[in-house]
Amino acid sequence: MIAPPKPDLVTVNIDGREIAVPKGTNVIEAARLVGVDVPHYCYHPKLTVVGNCRMCLIEMGLPAVDPATKAPIADPATGKQKINWIPRPQIGCATYASPGLHIRTQTPQVKDCREGVMEFLLINHPLDCPICDQAGECKLQEQSTGYGRGYSRFIEQKNVKPKRTLLGSRVMLDDERCILCSRCIRFSKEIAKDDVLGFIDRGSYSTLTCYPGKKLENNYSLNTVDICPVGALTSTDFRFKMRVWFLKQTNSIDTETSVGANTVVWSREGQIYRITPRRNDEVNDTWMPDSGRELYKTVRAPDRLTAIKVNGVDSGLDIAVHAAAEIFKASAGALAVVGSGRSSVEEQFLTKKLAAALQAPAQLVSRVGKGDDILVSADRNPNVRGALVTGLIASLPEPKLTDLASQIDAGRIKAVVAINEDLAAAGLTATQLAKVSIVHLGTHASATSAAAKVVLPTLTVFEKSGTFVNQQFRIQKFFQAVPAAAGATDDLVVLAKLVAAAGGPSLASDLASLWKIIAAEVSALGTMTFANLPETGLLLDATPWAALPFAEGATLHHKPAQPAAAATA
Amino acid sequence: MPAPAQRRIIFQHIDEPGYTNDLACYVKHGGYEILKKSVARPPAEIMDEVKKSGLRGRGGAGFPCGFKWSLVDRKSGKPIYLVVNADESEPGTFKDRYIIHQDPHQLIEGIMITCFANNVKQAYIYIRGEFPHGARILEQAIAEARAAHFCGPNVLGTAYGCEIYVHRGAGAYICGEETGLIESLEGKRPYPRIKPPYFPAVLGLYQCPTIVNNVETLCHVKYIADVGGDAYAKIGTPNNTGTRLLCVSGHVQKPGYYEYEVGKITLGELLYEVCGGPLPGRKFKAVIPGGSSAKILKFGESFTLKNKDGSMRTLTVEDIPMDFDTLAACGTMGGSGGVIVMDDSTDMVAALANINAFYAHESCGQCTPCREGSLWMKKISTRMVHDTARAEDGALLKSVADQIAGRTICAFGEACSWPTQSFIAKFGDEFKAYPEAKKAVKPAGALDLV
Repeated sequence: MIAPPKPDLVTVNIDGREIAVPKGTNVIEAARLVGVDVPHYCYHPKLTVVGNCRMCLIEMGLPAVDPATKAPIADPATGKQKINWIPRPQIGCATYASPGLHIRTQTPQVKDCREGVMEFLLINHPLDCPICDQAGECKLQEQSTGYGRGYSRFIEQKNVKPKRTLLGSRVMLDDERCILCSRCIRFSKEIAKDDVLGFIDRGSYSTLTCYPGKKLENNYSLNTVDICPVGALTSTDFRFKMRVWFLKQTNSIDTETSVGANTVVWSREGQIYRITPRRNDEVNDTWMPDSGRELYKTVRAPDRLTAIKVNGVDSGLDIAVHAAAEIFKASAGALAVVGSGRSSVEEQFLTKKLAAALQAPAQLVSRVGKGDDILVSADRNPNVRGALVTGLIASLPEPKLTDLASQIDAGRIKAVVAINEDLAAAGLTATQLAKVSIVHLGTHASATSAAAKVVLPTLTVFEKSGTFVNQQFRIQKFFQAVPAAAGATDDLVVLAKLVAAAGGPSLASDLASLWKIIAAEVSALGTMTFANLPETGLLLDATPWAALPFAEGATLHHKPAQPAAAATA
Repeated sequence: MPAPAQRRIIFQHIDEPGYTNDLACYVKHGGYEILKKSVARPPAEIMDEVKKSGLRGRGGAGFPCGFKWSLVDRKSGKPIYLVVNADESEPGTFKDRYIIHQDPHQLIEGIMITCFANNVKQAYIYIRGEFPHGARILEQAIAEARAAHFCGPNVLGTAYGCEIYVHRGAGAYICGEETGLIESLEGKRPYPRIKPPYFPAVLGLYQCPTIVNNVETLCHVKYIADVGGDAYAKIGTPNNTGTRLLCVSGHVQKPGYYEYEVGKITLGELLYEVCGGPLPGRKFKAVIPGGSSAKILKFGESFTLKNKDGSMRTLTVEDIPMDFDTLAACGTMGGSGGVIVMDDSTDMVAALANINAFYAHESCGQCTPCREGSLWMKKISTRMVHDTARAEDGALLKSVADQIAGRTICAFGEACSWPTQSFIAKFGDEFKAYPEAKKAVKPAGALDLV
């Protein structure tokens, strides 16, 4: 790991407390470091500063110096350097740390400013919290409670604006709730690079809208819903489904590509309602693609595998494992293992153990698509690097299992263990599938599960915990959000049993114990345990694999070491 | 003592019989001679003259022009732009339009001298959309001047060249705010920029150093380049040099536009002698001395000010000299020179409702206090006039205004709250008594609020 360059620190004084912060930190962020809340709406740490909400007004002072000699002027009362306080309040978001900067956030003037802005924001707001999806996570609610007056002096007619405008298929706009902070406009322009939002009309009648003929339809549109501080932008998928305060939050990882965007899975009573991004300044900032938010729908999909089957008949785990053991024995020496870049590091470790016990070659299937240069990378497997790190594979996988296919045709392979992969999708024909005995671990029905002698339903990423290694070689944790679907068994349990059935060692199938074994055997992970991995992940030393031609191009916070190989699929 | 005579420098030829706005007429009257003189001088010398002249900006803020020029970042290597603010939108102000309509070459000569002094290669005249005729005149005048090599490449045969473009606004008051104007010129919504960091002198038009000057100011520059800074500084009063165009409107016998040395004429002289006093049978009640956003003055009030030597003096409204500093000391401002007069027939609540309606309509909507506050003030004052007035509405209006002023991105916050603050401060009783007064008279044609 390379240490970041030491930032230029300056000392600022916030409400009487001195703190050293990097030069150029704004007052909102600096105050956060000393535990002082500077309320704000339009400011977002990952977007440009526009200073339009005026909620973050603070008092600012600078040390007095003699204009001629630049010598500090002392305050006779305290003996310290005098502070020249600016009479006008300043906005915290656009006031940057400079040596000796003094900030006051708890004065009557600041209180009055906040009360004033809160009152202004609410006079034309519909105050429809009881039917608003944002209730419970609404900055307007929180800050009016914290900084407002608590009563209204407004007796005039409120402005009327469009309700229920569909900006795109996933985002609904209620203009009356909008406080015109312009976060969504800036996000679309600066991050999604899809400049489709803007204001029309002026003054208090200003209205957020899409440009004529445009739609907010890009793959990042739902981030505007996340950053909307009020209930103006809501997700068509989530709105009216569940109150946010009922939902349990579980940290997870977006599995659709090797970016590994950090996410939060929101669930209640075993059902997932939405997925939102989790801030990780080294990976995805505060964003994630819309496509990754839909993944929870796979948990309760109709084609979910829910029954262990042996030769097409419902069965039990131990019987199925026994049947697999019979296949292993019958086909000894003619076995192949197909692992997955979608499995976790732990599962890949056990897959490697299984391949070793079976003395069978192991391979992965690559999935390569077009990257969008933001948070969708070319490699659509979340964890190919995990397989490299654990030693399951030594070179990058191919999209099609052509070698395996020819071995089957030649009769050299008689049984295949397919873990989380559909062999048909990986290029095997129905005839080839019919020629081999297949032991299949998977979550959803496929040609492979239909052809398999033994089917062992396993878990989606939302039903288990583990780790992935993303394109930066950053190992990141994900956690179980909802209980396992009925009939499905934890991948680790199944794999551990199969390893034992194949004559391998008896291995633990719980994460803590398994990590002890992993740490002992995988040098790159030598010092780690699952519990002490930081929430934002840990960068591994990537040098052993630096020469491999990875498919990824540049994305947010990741530049490939070498030019990306041409996409092959 | 009779009022001093007008001193027409900028308006020398305005309304002069036979004077036309074409190049031939301008040249016949000695036009572009000063430009000829100027391009032969070192640019720094002209800048120095302007600095010495003490010229203050005539757009509204009265910012010293020479100092503004000295703030321009000349080391960045980026081009420097001149933007001429011809977005004369402040209610009560009608001076620049006469320069544009009747003497456009005077402005062009002033622009060219300013550009030459500041090494500007491109100048933009941002003219408000409501002046279509003025825009056509300016374009015609620029074409004439360019053909005669007074602007464009190789001005007057020298290596120096500068193009002038006319850009028409789309009808928004906020485009008079310099950073809003720059945004509009760049083709965006005229949302004023936050300062810091976007000071036009450093990060102006297209993020390049930019000088934004008012039309009248640039005409003064032309005159300063002619007579010299020291001679100009002798006109007017110290720190308030030169002449000033005053536009008088409202309840006077002879409204109109006048040019006086700054500070040499008092408000009383202007209104009673120059403008012929109030209409028959009426008395002056109030006057806004510098465009509708300036704080109102009430006839009968007096101001005790400190002299330079430490002694005190007391001024009535009539005694106030029309200069920048005294008006500021009296709690208002010289602003854009638009003097709006109201006599005793004026319903102050209705007058404020009118002003508030304007500012609510013109708020750009970027930042919260002005966006919400200006419309709220309009709604309150309109309700007071056309529907039920409450005795507490005056206090509420003031409180709303207090929540705006000083807390916004641009000076519009002050512009929209100062009228309310000053109306309530000076005519608060009228607001308080309004519910009772309204019972007596139902305004004709009053609209029912839905």
